[in-house]
Amino acid sequence: MSMSGKLMMRRLIGPATLLAILLAYPLVFATPFQQRLGALVLLYAIAASSWNIVGGYAGQVSVGHVVYFGCGAYAAMGAYAHFGVSPLLGLPAGIVLAVGIAAIVGVPTLRLSGHYFSMATIAVAELIRLVVTNTDYLGAAVGLSGPTVPRTIFDLSFISALPYYYLFLIVLAITLLITWWMTNSRMGYYLRAIKDSERAASSLGAPASRVKLYAFMLSAGLTSVAGALYAMMFGFVDPDSGLGLLISVKILIMAALGGAGLLFGPLVGAAILVPLEEISNSLLGGKGAGLTFVVYGAIIVLIARFQPGGILTLIKRQAERRARSSAKERPALATGAGHAP
Amino acid sequence: MSFVIVQVIVGGLLLGAVYALFSSGLTLVWGMMNIVNFAHGDFVMLGMYAAFVVFTLFGVGPLGGVPFATLLLAALGVAVYFALIRDIMKGPMLAQILGTFGLALLLRYSVFWWFGADFLSLPQNIVGGTLAFWGLRIEAARLLAGIVALLVTLALHLLLTRTALGSRMLAVAEDPTAAQLMGIRPDSMQAIAWAIAAGATGLAGALIATFFYIVPTVGETLGIVAFVTVSLGGFGSVPGALVAGLLIGVIEQLSGYLIGAVYKDIVVYGLFLSFLWFRPQGLMGKNS
Repeated sequence: MSMSGKLMMRRLIGPATLLAILLAYPLVFATPFQQRLGALVLLYAIAASSWNIVGGYAGQVSVGHVVYFGCGAYAAMGAYAHFGVSPLLGLPAGIVLAVGIAAIVGVPTLRLSGHYFSMATIAVAELIRLVVTNTDYLGAAVGLSGPTVPRTIFDLSFISALPYYYLFLIVLAITLLITWWMTNSRMGYYLRAIKDSERAASSLGAPASRVKLYAFMLSAGLTSVAGALYAMMFGFVDPDSGLGLLISVKILIMAALGGAGLLFGPLVGAAILVPLEEISNSLLGGKGAGLTFVVYGAIIVLIARFQPGGILTLIKRQAERRARSSAKERPALATGAGHAP
Repeated sequence: MSFVIVQVIVGGLLLGAVYALFSSGLTLVWGMMNIVNFAHGDFVMLGMYAAFVVFTLFGVGPLGGVPFATLLLAALGVAVYFALIRDIMKGPMLAQILGTFGLALLLRYSVFWWFGADFLSLPQNIVGGTLAFWGLRIEAARLLAGIVALLVTLALHLLLTRTALGSRMLAVAEDPTAAQLMGIRPDSMQAIAWAIAAGATGLAGALIATFFYIVPTVGETLGIVAFVTVSLGGFGSVPGALVAGLLIGVIEQLSGYLIGAVYKDIVVYGLFLSFLWFRPQGLMGKNS
């Protein structure tokens, strides 16, 4: 009992330290730029962690996750633009929409394996972007705007980034808890088996297509929350910021850089790439956007070539190696103790 | 009215031949190594910029631009194979997708950074004006591009099916280990396949640059066109890519004319999805 308690304590030290750092960050780094940067890191971490459920744990590399991001963003802004209510009320509608689209798209698309799945997700995303760009109700190419002046606190329209920071932190914590709970449930075991070999998993009785679909729907719903929060913070959404292919790519790269299929991988990836992008944009201006994506591209190529597991996998492996080599230095002591009695 | 439609169809066939040419490269690499090049459309984009640079520096039209772009891209293809593809081929799926996707971003935004996001184009009459055949009015640039692309695609098919080199490549596609035991080096065959595939994109890019807008993101659209063509024609089949390319060129131009220019991409993407979902083996592929 006390043994498992101790083990539990040790496993909680890491997340607790991380939480303390995240809670303290905007108070220590208190300039508006730093607080905004922190909020953006958390926002992208939410989106990348949601992607991680289907892309990392289930191994289905979706390159069209911006569709679900866009569902949330458009629902939040649509709630204000068309019904005059708080964007917050659009959030549940966005989740329902995203989960619904994921179910409709997922059934035929998840049957495709590997590259075919990725290509189909790109085509769905581009198709939806083109349709929205030509739909006046959704603001066509101009997009939809939120409240310019907050009427009540429930409009979630703040000038400071601080309230967003803590809001995003709560949502990220919930996203990671759901992910953690999922990986330790029966579904998590099924997903890992499917990722290793779908054929083997199905032949052993894992309901592969159903489990993949559930993961896809869960991932889509959580991604739409990130989209809604993004639109509330920026106060508008247009086809580029809400449905552009580059958003899908960013989400995917952050997860892969940190470590796809690892709980904290996406957060690590976001903590590296978001500051990189923001700083290069503020240093180089509009022209910097191009250079930022050159660096993004180079980073992805390098990860794919040298470290497909991401940074966290690299760190873990090195820690294991160190533990092994220190264990090798002590065997004389250990065997000596074993023979003593 | 019906006469205009004939004109639109001919335009679609000529454009479709160019689609077929660069899609043959994608299908070749896919069929041989089972790897999808997400940067394929961006290779075509590079071919277009290569032709543009040759023109602005030396004032030479497609006569100089086409060979230059072909050789440049073929060299890039070999470099990409040895620096990246050879290693990620054996890696996990995520690494394969990330690798070529990262390459696409790297190429697209390097060009964006260097040339800017402005739409560029070569002078209107770089190949010659508009020709008239039996009342059909066809731009000389499109005619040249269509015919050259058609001939090169057919030559590529003959190279793969009628020559010793083609047989060796086929052997490697079938079973690299067995091919190696027969004295064929899979590594060099695969590098040659990348040279041919990328060279075809350079050639196609330099050809369409004579009448198409040139912009860093053009590769995104053209890449999807290549995916549609390959999925329609069956993965790994050059004749399939040829028929599918011509068909897509016609469908795209017709829907652009009949429904409106903004909807032509929607039609092509919709077609792609319906094929992936309902007939993933392609129009002419066998059930497997």
